Amino acid sequence: MTRETLFNSAALAALALVPLWAHFSGEPFTVTLATRAVILALAAVGLHIALGLGGLVSLGHAVFFGIGGYAMGILAHHAQTYTPLMEWPFVIEGTKSMPVIWLVAVVLSSVVAYFIGLLSLRTSGVYFIMITLAFGQMFFFFAISWSAYGGEDGLSIYVRNGFPGVNTLVPIQFYALCFVILAAVMFFAARLQRSPFGLALNAARQAPDRVETVGLNPMRLRLIAFVLSGAITGLAGALFADLNRFVSPTMFSWQMSGELIIFIILGGLGRLYGPVVGAVVFVALEHILGDLSDYWHIYLGVLLLGVVLFARGGIIGMLLGREVAHD
Amino acid sequence: MTEAILATQGISKSFGALKASDDVSIDLMAGEIHAIIGPNGAGKSTLIKQICGGLKPDTGTVKLLGEDVTDLPTELRARAGLGRTFQISALAMEDTVLQNAVLGALGGQGNPWRFFKPVLKDKDLLDTAMEALERVGLQDHAKTRTAELSHGQRRQLEVAVALTLKPKAFVMDEPMAGLGTEGSKRLTEFLGDLRHQAPILLVEHDMDAVFALADRISVLVYGKVIATGTVEEIRANKDVRDAYLGDEA
Ligand SMILES: Nc1ncnc2c1ncn2[C@@H]1O[C@H](COP(=O)(O)OP(=O)(O)OP(=O)(O)O)[C@@H](O)[C@H]1O
Ligand SMILES: [Mg+2]
Repeated sequence: MTRETLFNSAALAALALVPLWAHFSGEPFTVTLATRAVILALAAVGLHIALGLGGLVSLGHAVFFGIGGYAMGILAHHAQTYTPLMEWPFVIEGTKSMPVIWLVAVVLSSVVAYFIGLLSLRTSGVYFIMITLAFGQMFFFFAISWSAYGGEDGLSIYVRNGFPGVNTLVPIQFYALCFVILAAVMFFAARLQRSPFGLALNAARQAPDRVETVGLNPMRLRLIAFVLSGAITGLAGALFADLNRFVSPTMFSWQMSGELIIFIILGGLGRLYGPVVGAVVFVALEHILGDLSDYWHIYLGVLLLGVVLFARGGIIGMLLGREVAHD
Repeated sequence: MTEAILATQGISKSFGALKASDDVSIDLMAGEIHAIIGPNGAGKSTLIKQICGGLKPDTGTVKLLGEDVTDLPTELRARAGLGRTFQISALAMEDTVLQNAVLGALGGQGNPWRFFKPVLKDKDLLDTAMEALERVGLQDHAKTRTAELSHGQRRQLEVAVALTLKPKAFVMDEPMAGLGTEGSKRLTEFLGDLRHQAPILLVEHDMDAVFALADRISVLVYGKVIATGTVEEIRANKDVRDAYLGDEA
């Protein structure tokens, strides 16, 4: 076992055990905090596929996070008010079932990611950042003006949605559900990184000319990466809204997109565990520093500056050095 | 007469007032090495780009195995059988040597849409990649990060990746550049044999290599082919001496 897998296993184990410990020592708030971290980690793992593997600096991933959030909000809203979502040409009812909500979130964010990708992937560098940002703002302002679903105030859900066999109202159970999803997605993402697709995507980031001259289309590779990426972040959005039992336009905000990037840079760009470590550290800092001062973002800024200037590989890079090429 | 494997017909390309390609017609026959020589800025790389894709000629056509490929994007020309090496190495530097070769094999195989099975456990891809690495002598560096290779080794890897495609024609832009005498000599020997697998369109400044290898030479000056012929014909050609070869002939 390499140092890296050891570290990753330890990180995952800590993520599983700390909330369990908090649960038994009667600290439900810590469990909720951990749930938040795990869900944000999931969102950032989604971004990692576009950013870390594909080199696509998307400043619009909040679009997918928000779509997931609103998928949950809207479906649950109609279920709790006993009004159908639409009646013509066929009736669609709301639902309080998490699996259905997740499916809707994933499908919608994939479709939107496909079209955003189609338009934005023609550009690169700063233009790509700007276009994705612009899409983010479009969705943000649309959500604000969408009065049917709360507009600026967002939507509240009275009771957390259900999952067969799990009492999602119990914090530790909902946590376990989120953790399992994160672990499963990370398993697939790890496979993806080493798959034929992952190899080609990685190469398309480093040497697109090379990828073309061996007969592969870098643009198409990036587009599929962007769709997968958006789908995962969308799923995280649905969970996030369920955690808070609330969704609002802030899920679409560019600050949200920025935070996802921060998680990745903080934890370690290019590594699958980077976004996880980054999200956990961020949530912990937000909690600890937030208690100390309302201006905790200043400290965060200093930390980020430090990481960017002195520890390019983020926290994991600092601890483990450069990633060794794997077999 | 048999048909050319690869041919350009009356290709012209201007960058503003600069004529980078001026009515260029060259062809590549089975089993031959056709060298393209000419001074810096003559338009050799520009010609290669139009042949391999990435740059569209203003007029003229590019034919591969008799098919007009002028409007095909780069990746489809590669699939149709072009194996290209770059003047400046274009490799995935963070990846290992083996991963770069496997990428080539994957491209040759044509299906990157597999998301689960580890690519380095795919026996077919590995075999193709290792065989190519062995042929250029990089097999002992398979696990080395490409960024750690010497310049010469990167040139070898460029060739190896092209080999994995099992192309119908090779197009090489200065493969000897920066190799040193020993390296050039080895690669010269290697290319000499390779022409029997697939013909090579070879852009090269190294005249020893060109004279040793080429079945035919075309001389490009200011985007125009001023002469095409055998080594002897080109060495004897007065225009070529004036324009390019000078004392080297
Ligand atoms: N995209 C471009 N836009 C404008 N001018 C270009 C472009 N690409 C090449 N040129 C010009 O076209 C001419 C031919 O360039 P090219 O790279 O093809 O030369 P070359 O024969 O390969 O030279 P070298 O031996 O130095 O590699 C040069 O004058 C170059 O500056
Ligand atoms: Mg050149």
